[in-house]
Amino acid sequence: MDSIIQVQAVSKSYWRDSFEIPVLNNVSFEIPAGEYLALMGPSGSGKTTLLNLIAGIDRPDKGQISVAGTNIGSLSESQLAKWRSTHVGFIFQFYNLIPVLTAYENVELPLLLTSLSKKERRQHVEAALTVVGLQDRMQHYPKQLSGGQEQRVAIARAIATDPTILVADEPTGDLDKNSADEILKLLERLNTEFHKTIVMVTHDPRAAEKARVVRHLDKGEFKRS
Amino acid sequence: MKIPFKYIVRNLGTRKLTTGITVLGVALVVFVFAAVLMMAYGVQKTLVATGSDENVLIARKAANGEISSIIDRVTADIIMTLPNIAKTPDGKPLASGEPVVIINLEKIGAGGVSNVTVRGVSPQAFSLRPQVKLKAGRMFKTGARELVAGTAIESRFAGAKIGDAVRFAGDNWTVVGTFDSDGSGFDSEMWGDANQLLDAFNRNSFSTLTIRLERPDAFPEFAAAFEKDQRLQQFEAKIERRFFEEQSEMMAGFIRILGIFVTVIFSAGATIGATITMYAAVANRTVEVGTLRALGFRRRSVLAAFLTESLVLSLVGGFVGLFFASFLQLFSISTLNFGSFSELAFSFALSPSIVISSLLFAVAMGLIGGFLPSVRAARLNIVSALRSS
Ligand SMILES: Nc1ncnc2c1ncn2[C@@H]1O[C@H](COP(=O)(O)OP(=O)(O)O)[C@@H](O)[C@H]1O
Ligand SMILES: [Mg+2]
Repeated sequence: MDSIIQVQAVSKSYWRDSFEIPVLNNVSFEIPAGEYLALMGPSGSGKTTLLNLIAGIDRPDKGQISVAGTNIGSLSESQLAKWRSTHVGFIFQFYNLIPVLTAYENVELPLLLTSLSKKERRQHVEAALTVVGLQDRMQHYPKQLSGGQEQRVAIARAIATDPTILVADEPTGDLDKNSADEILKLLERLNTEFHKTIVMVTHDPRAAEKARVVRHLDKGEFKRS
Repeated sequence: MKIPFKYIVRNLGTRKLTTGITVLGVALVVFVFAAVLMMAYGVQKTLVATGSDENVLIARKAANGEISSIIDRVTADIIMTLPNIAKTPDGKPLASGEPVVIINLEKIGAGGVSNVTVRGVSPQAFSLRPQVKLKAGRMFKTGARELVAGTAIESRFAGAKIGDAVRFAGDNWTVVGTFDSDGSGFDSEMWGDANQLLDAFNRNSFSTLTIRLERPDAFPEFAAAFEKDQRLQQFEAKIERRFFEEQSEMMAGFIRILGIFVTVIFSAGATIGATITMYAAVANRTVEVGTLRALGFRRRSVLAAFLTESLVLSLVGGFVGLFFASFLQLFSISTLNFGSFSELAFSFALSPSIVISSLLFAVAMGLIGGFLPSVRAARLNIVSALRSS
């Protein structure tokens, strides 16, 4: 099977004052196209760091990461920005919607970086908001929506450009059980129905259950499971 | 720039109080800045309006104003024989030899004494300057110690009303009328009979001589004849308007330099205000910036967005400041004009170039004030920005 994400011997540490804090230690793994992977592990085990590296918003100290055949470590900063806009859809724990923009405008935001016309953007935004079931909330601002609805708008924003991979960092971490279930159902549907490759960081076992594969990270290394 | 403009404008709308205060700061500085330029321009406009394009004013080359110029009667007679001078119906050259002196009068309200120009004129002065019209009372009589006062003198100085006596050169001069000259510098003068004035001051020379050209475009010919005459080497002929324009340059320049110096110092305050506001905006929106960058917006887009925000802020301030400054046009003030060493009344005057300079000044405050915060926003590390939630 073709792997869409290849992580090879990646190490990453942070420096606090003069102390080195090793976060990831020689991590290697591959994710096949169409996978739905849950990354689990205790707090501080490096899940977010690993996700950020795959999503191209952080760079490893050592090792190499390829996504859809591109060695993203070789890209310049502005190339990487362009690459993210076409290949990565981001879903955050706190949704990270822009409060002064409506649901419609939030979803349109990543499309502004493409060469699509206004009309084409409208089609994409409407399609994405329809997938998440919020086509009747397009003109609402984030603060007029519930947490679960905000996260659905965020998911619509993540899929609007039809990216190669979706990365989600604790997407249900801030939601009540019902809303969390809705979000998980939606992610599952994106994987099965729309064949999206999803990497989801979570420490919620019920969330991990929905994924096809679960990997456990501990102290910067994968545990055998 | 890819970050939508509505994002920028709406963010300003969410912080109404800080936005309002910052706008006000910029508006205040722009108001003062525009007011100073309007004042300088007002002085210029008043003095330029004093001169006509069809008149030629002759003064001594070395003189830097009418006061310090001297033209003896012989020279005046020589000049009046030059070609291209308009003639009166009875064939005399249309010219006015004018002694110009300064007297002290008490200002109303201000409680002080200031200089007032008294101009001695020949009867033809009124044909030379048709804008000068009697408003009340009557004209001074030739051969009498009488004066007519410009409207700005009548309203601003004590003892310059019709019937009042003004004391100078050892005699009492009765104010018999007031005149209006369409807002020109003559409004700030008193006029009397040239010969009476010469007599009173024991002088035999005019200060300047003003002639009317027979055709508006005859100046080059007149000037050529003037320059060719060896006896006139110490004198200079200028289009009257040009003469008064030059007279205004020193005063206007002084107001401008002083005013701009003061407002530039003020503007530091408004600029720092904009900087603080924009730093707060960046701090409040760190996660947003991290998100935008993660989505693929580049550093320069973030830089441009925050700079634009600061620019919009300062431009709104600029327009507000200009709006209020434009009402100054309704006011007229008077001050000592360094060109003539006497009091000059004028109105604040707005011009397109003042509007543009004021807005550019506002833009500069916005760009300078917003620069460091915008750079900070653009340089945020994506991962740390996202973690700061
Ligand atoms: N910018 C940073 N500076 C210093 N230490 C950091 C930074 N980011 C993360 N860390 C540390 O790296 C470790 C892993 O963090 P993270 O990847 O967020 O873990 P997780 O998502 O599994 O909770 C933690 O100990 C965290 O404190
Ligand atoms: Mg984390």
